[in-house]
Amino acid sequence: MITRRHLLGTAGASAAFATSGLSLPKFSEAEAAGVPLTPGIPAGVQSIAAMEALPGKKPLIRLADRPPNYEAPLEYLRTPITPNDEFFVRYHLSDIPEVDVKTYRIKVGGDGANGQAELTLDDLKKMPAFEVVAVNQCSGNRRGLSKPHVPGVEWGYGAMGCARWKGARLKDVLDKIGLKKETIEIEFGGADGPAVDTTPDFVKSIPIWKALDESTLVAYEMNGQPLPHFNGFPARVVVPGWTGTYWMKHVNAITALTKPLTAFWMNPAYRIPRGKFPVVARFTSQEYAPNTPITEMVINSLITSHRDGAKIKTGKVTVSGIAWDGGYGIRMVEVSTDSGKTWSTAKLGEDLGRFAFRPWSFELSAKRGKNTVMVNATNKIGQAQVAALIFNGAGYHNNVMQNITLNAA
Amino acid sequence: MRAFAIAIVAALIVLPAAAEAPIQLKKGEGLDKVEGNCAACHTLAYIPMNSPYLDAKGWEAEVNKMIKAYGAPIDEADAKAIKEYLSKNYGI
Repeated sequence: MITRRHLLGTAGASAAFATSGLSLPKFSEAEAAGVPLTPGIPAGVQSIAAMEALPGKKPLIRLADRPPNYEAPLEYLRTPITPNDEFFVRYHLSDIPEVDVKTYRIKVGGDGANGQAELTLDDLKKMPAFEVVAVNQCSGNRRGLSKPHVPGVEWGYGAMGCARWKGARLKDVLDKIGLKKETIEIEFGGADGPAVDTTPDFVKSIPIWKALDESTLVAYEMNGQPLPHFNGFPARVVVPGWTGTYWMKHVNAITALTKPLTAFWMNPAYRIPRGKFPVVARFTSQEYAPNTPITEMVINSLITSHRDGAKIKTGKVTVSGIAWDGGYGIRMVEVSTDSGKTWSTAKLGEDLGRFAFRPWSFELSAKRGKNTVMVNATNKIGQAQVAALIFNGAGYHNNVMQNITLNAA
Repeated sequence: MRAFAIAIVAALIVLPAAAEAPIQLKKGEGLDKVEGNCAACHTLAYIPMNSPYLDAKGWEAEVNKMIKAYGAPIDEADAKAIKEYLSKNYGI
């Protein structure tokens, strides 16, 4: 059962920010007093959002508590690895059990399997272990910034995080049952369920080629610790490069399918219009004429050192942030201080792998008054961010270049 | 799996320590239908969160989606009252 604390107010929140960004600009009291929402989201969000700490978590921005949907404030995204207690939380359905490891089993089988198996957490841990640092980003991250607005959870920038995941390879799990050559998709089910029987249970599938990728894991550790309850304890699927919808939490069923999965959460949910986005990874067994499942993340970046409108001092100022993509790797981050007329290359930070947040920084000579900072990331296959939103009805794949203003005095 | 009515009762009785953040919606005709139906499955925070940008047609589509896609057991009269309430109080 979910329990909640309402003990941490703004004092706790600002203390948490201070520890996560010691050398970075401190919040002014005015900023700390309110919930740090992203400019551009629907006005009504202000009336319901609050900083709130779920058990085991630092305060996150609460957009909804049933089901729990909490996003990370900008300050939690200043490091290439997001700590577990600062990691965002997203659920579709509100019946979320606390899984008992003693009775926990993953049922592995399906019409595409030669056999079937039931795995305990220990069984999973006895298998060869692999690690990957990978970004987990909700498909709908930045939905709140869509113009026009579209219905759903009105996320700002923080429905994402990056962690070091450890677990067994999904392909090794599937080797235990053996796959028929007719298998086209692998389906995942989790322990959470709907409040009423008539609501479709949350199930997802990925194409067999992605399931057999050596980076795709059934993970039981996050940053060296067991997964937090709200991030999928005791095990979740990790699909590096792909949006969070496929990363099934509390995974308790892995099913080999010889036919495309028919389920609300595959279609009509989580669809993007065909041909509008430059995605490489295709999910052909689920493609239909008008649309296709969302797959890999689009190239993107975020300024994390400053908020739009922040006050700074004249002279040298370091602006920094992160960049990420669908797993091709970040080649370059460029910064423009004249709204895109001319560009300079930012310095890239620690490389934790092609699926990870890539830190970047840029030194700006701030003049008195308004200074603008625009950022564009490019990946190793030449994809870059967009200048104008590619509108779609679900508000996915918003990778519009930021252009923030810093006010120097 | 829980029945519809039981879900409400469980939320009130089984989880006294898990008090949900109270969401006070605007007073108006149909609010009782909104609270009685929508809150069975999710926090009412979703309503102000998705405002104010939907017109009457937009809110109608949302309520229809809840019934048809998400299986919310809402009868026709309540659905009509809910659509009117949302459009009037949280619409454009």
